[in-house]
Amino acid sequence: MNLWHEFSKGLWRENPIFRLVLGMCPTLAVTTSAINGLGMGLATTFVLVCSNTVIALLRKLIPAQVRIPAYIVLIASFVTVVQLCMEAYVYDLYKALGIFIPLIVVNCIILGRAEAFAGKNPVLPSLLDGCGMGLGFTFALFVLGSVRELLGTGAFLGFNLFGAAYPSFLLLILPPGAFIALAILLALMNRIEAGRN
Amino acid sequence: MREIGRLVVALTLIAVISGLILAVVEGMTREPIAAQRRLEMLKALRAVLPPIDNEPDTDAVTLPAGKNAKGLELQRTFFRGRHQGALAGVAFRVTAPDGYSGNIEIMVGVDPGGAVAGIEILTQSETPGLGNKISEAGFKAQFRGKSLDNADWRVKKDGGQFDQITGATISPRAVVKAVRGGLEFFREHRAEIIAPKGT
Repeated sequence: MNLWHEFSKGLWRENPIFRLVLGMCPTLAVTTSAINGLGMGLATTFVLVCSNTVIALLRKLIPAQVRIPAYIVLIASFVTVVQLCMEAYVYDLYKALGIFIPLIVVNCIILGRAEAFAGKNPVLPSLLDGCGMGLGFTFALFVLGSVRELLGTGAFLGFNLFGAAYPSFLLLILPPGAFIALAILLALMNRIEAGRN
Repeated sequence: MREIGRLVVALTLIAVISGLILAVVEGMTREPIAAQRRLEMLKALRAVLPPIDNEPDTDAVTLPAGKNAKGLELQRTFFRGRHQGALAGVAFRVTAPDGYSGNIEIMVGVDPGGAVAGIEILTQSETPGLGNKISEAGFKAQFRGKSLDNADWRVKKDGGQFDQITGATISPRAVVKAVRGGLEFFREHRAEIIAPKGT
């Protein structure tokens, strides 16, 4: 089994957002700015790596019939641990991401990778799969957040680039803008992919 | 039956172990979290009050504030900030229920005479780019020095003297109304609120 392949597939070829179109709920909801996208992506990556590793470790002990409830209990526990630790020790980051952290539980990428990969593969490939998928997710959220922030408010990571005269294009910041921006990005990705083949 | 028993045992074990881990983590993080929340609160109090040298959350009065729609008793807590022992200002929390999306929580600081020393938006979920500009320094600064006697507590669009935000009148209107309500409560109960400790 090619370990590099397990890691790299999440970045582009099987990118959870751009190729698999999974995890749309957090993707559309939190990408109002680049920093939100980045933070949500990294928090999700952390949970994904942990859950993939533990599920791969326990895969022979978890009976197939009850694997989904078992995965959900494990994932929810990880998310709660992450939330408590962030609130206790990195409060500023917690303040910035607070409302998004519980959303990680309902992110179907995590359950999807547990079901499609970690439940059937050894620990190391599962860990790398989690890293790759998580970073691919982070990359996609960061791009989407950057596009919306840049075109919507004329700022990037909070720094105003176009000066005060830039008329803010609120549509992109509001929820409909998430759908429009994502659709355009998906179309672009498909175009690039079609060009390569 | 044997099969079902095996499933029940496996799932129960996973749930019990997860529960244990969560209990341990919760126990470990409880105190740091309480400390962080208190720091956060003190930061908001310092932001809305004139310079103080005490810890206002240890010098607070709680007063009944009527009942809410469900008939539950409401309370308001007033945090008294002191500088070298003398009362420098009082801070309290008000809630604007009529924002554009959800409640807006505001910390209001007043000087002993009842004029606003500063306000801070604690939580809000107004529209990004429009209503959430109530969190900007420029919007909050216009409250400084305003009291019930020297200001018309309405937004300009309604004939008052508080700037609304272009494209978003609802959020500023809700904030102005909530702060005014807090000031009125403060004026009615001023004697109890600023009474010396222990009385």
